[in-house]
Amino acid sequence: MKYTFALAAVIGLFFTACKKENTAPYNASEKAELSVEFDNIAGSSDLQLNTGVYTNASGEKLTITKLKYYVSNFVLTNTDGSVYTVPQDSCYFLIDESNEETHEPILRVPEGEYKSLTFTVGVDSLRSTMDISRRTGVLDPTSDGGDMYWGWNSGYIFFKMEGSSPASTSMGNTFAYHIGGFGGYSSATINNIKTITLDLTARGTPKVKSGKETNIHLMVDVLKMFTGTTNISIATTPMVMFSGASVGIANNYTAMFRHDHTEN
Amino acid sequence: MIRKKYIVLLLVFITGLLACNKDAAEYFAGFQQPSDFPDPVYHFSTNPVTSAGFELGRKLFYDPLLSANNTISCGSCHIQTSAFTHHGHSVSHGIFDRLGTRNSPPIMNLAWNKSFMWDGGIFDLDLQPVAPITNHVEMDDSVENVLGRLRNSSVYPGLFTKAFGTEEINSARFLKALSQFMVMCVSSNSKYDSVMRNQSSFTTAEQEGYMLFKEECSDCHKEPLFTDQSFRNNGLRISMVNDEGRYAVTLNAADKYTFKVPSLRNLDYTPPYMHDGRLLTIEGVLDHYSDDVQQTPNLDPLLQKNGIKGIVLTADQKLKIIAFLKTLNDRTFVTDKRFAEQ
Ligand code: HEC
Ligand code: HEC
Repeated sequence: MKYTFALAAVIGLFFTACKKENTAPYNASEKAELSVEFDNIAGSSDLQLNTGVYTNASGEKLTITKLKYYVSNFVLTNTDGSVYTVPQDSCYFLIDESNEETHEPILRVPEGEYKSLTFTVGVDSLRSTMDISRRTGVLDPTSDGGDMYWGWNSGYIFFKMEGSSPASTSMGNTFAYHIGGFGGYSSATINNIKTITLDLTARGTPKVKSGKETNIHLMVDVLKMFTGTTNISIATTPMVMFSGASVGIANNYTAMFRHDHTEN
Repeated sequence: MIRKKYIVLLLVFITGLLACNKDAAEYFAGFQQPSDFPDPVYHFSTNPVTSAGFELGRKLFYDPLLSANNTISCGSCHIQTSAFTHHGHSVSHGIFDRLGTRNSPPIMNLAWNKSFMWDGGIFDLDLQPVAPITNHVEMDDSVENVLGRLRNSSVYPGLFTKAFGTEEINSARFLKALSQFMVMCVSSNSKYDSVMRNQSSFTTAEQEGYMLFKEECSDCHKEPLFTDQSFRNNGLRISMVNDEGRYAVTLNAADKYTFKVPSLRNLDYTPPYMHDGRLLTIEGVLDHYSDDVQQTPNLDPLLQKNGIKGIVLTADQKLKIIAFLKTLNDRTFVTDKRFAEQ
């Protein structure tokens, strides 16, 4: 009698121990922090505003004075195949190269190991047309002096790069690329909302767990904006705002993002 | 005995107070839907018009605090006695007298507008004020700066509390207050409206003008708002500015040189006419339609029927159309004290 009891206890212990080892690391009903770092670079150099001189695919030298873009609607795919969409209300970020604090958006996601990351460059059309009271923080069209919003043609500027280049024919040898366009409110027009999906398995999957910080480190090569499906030369197109040429630039910049490593 | 007297007095006092309250509530009727107008488009569900919100919006509308050098208010370009257009200026003067390139449209019946600006680039009235405040040729400021000045003022925190319950001054509240004022600016008491409501009748000339209008104009200037809200090219010559109109918003070649069909209510108060204010009189407008319609890209098919450019009109027919158009003037609207600077 005593003996059987002891055996049962041992077996019981053994099972709980087993269970702990196999699945206990992650509690999917528990949320933890996962940060995604947008590390802006220019080719093989770290991006330095105002001082760095870089060369684009057309061989033009350039200096960047401003770089800002929206990233939103993050979705993570677990190694078990399940998909987690970060709640929209807490999922819009404005990456501003001149402000370090904006480079690393923090998401709250269920504990787990993730194999891919999906996000939008820009602001989805639903949010672009939502009642003004539901567009706060970086989405407030008037925030930052309205720098990322077109007042005359209601809509966000998704991506903004400004700078100067000896190749530019415009005043002060400047260039400016303001890319937006959510598809139009009542009549269809250009849609430059881009969705990026990055595989995370090759360079280290994030293992998200409460009590520790996990960071997905992305490299964002801004010179990719100038090349890809359409080559953009500063000499021929120094200024692009709401026009057909913006479509080529938006297509190019989808290739800016790559997963560099993960800090677990 | 004395006690009873006091109680009676107190009761009288309380009923008096209640009556007062009721009067105040009844005085502000809120947004009123004219019986012969379609349903409004504006989203009242997310911004119900209240007395305090409307008054705050009106104060903001007339406050030069909204411009960088404290000289220009919304009301500088949208003047009530000109049905809220910019009287006598073909293109609105902005800060430091830099010129914009477009004529200011009236603040009138905006609750029915599906889009704003001559090219329809703004799709929600709440977003409209961002454009003039941040435009260099208009008020040349940022909404953030304006909000800062409002927060530091001695009156606005109190007015925002009355309108929205707390002192907080943010962009959504600021924009919604302005919208509350603007949607209240309803013009529906012209002679035309009273004829439609069987309260008066047209003269013979007005009636004949009305018939001609229905034949030649109302496909675009659709009753009762006198616009179908579409974007069309009515054959104006392309000017030096080369304003491509709706094209700037859609980038669709079929929209080049099209502009929003404007309402024709209160024309007597709103000269000059057209998106750039190039025509100074109503006679000039009719001469344009009869003699000067240009074959530019996307000229509207209605203005080139049977191979004839423009609209064939005799001098007499023009006079009759003008007689009819004058029935669209609404004196009560341009003199309504509720819409004036207080
Ligand atoms: C310097 C002159 C000027 C000032 C100041 C100004 N506006 Fe305007 N407003 C205009 C012009 C010009 C247009 C038409 C612009 C266009 O179509 O591109 C316009 C258009 C509008 C429209 C669209 C009307 C329609 O029928 O489409 C509204 C609403 C409006 N303004 C409200 C305001 C408010 C509110 C303010 C103050 C925050 C303001 N305006 C300040 C000149 C001005
Ligand atoms: C094909 C559609 C169309 C027809 C038909 C038409 N209009 Fe217009 N109308 C417009 C458009 C579009 C504008 C604005 C054009 C611009 O500013 O570029 C306009 C502008 C006007 C204006 C200027 C209003 C203002 O506030 O600036 C008046 C007045 C006018 N039309 C009267 C008439 C009359 C009267 C007729 C009939 C004889 C007529 N229209 C027929 C489309 C039309």
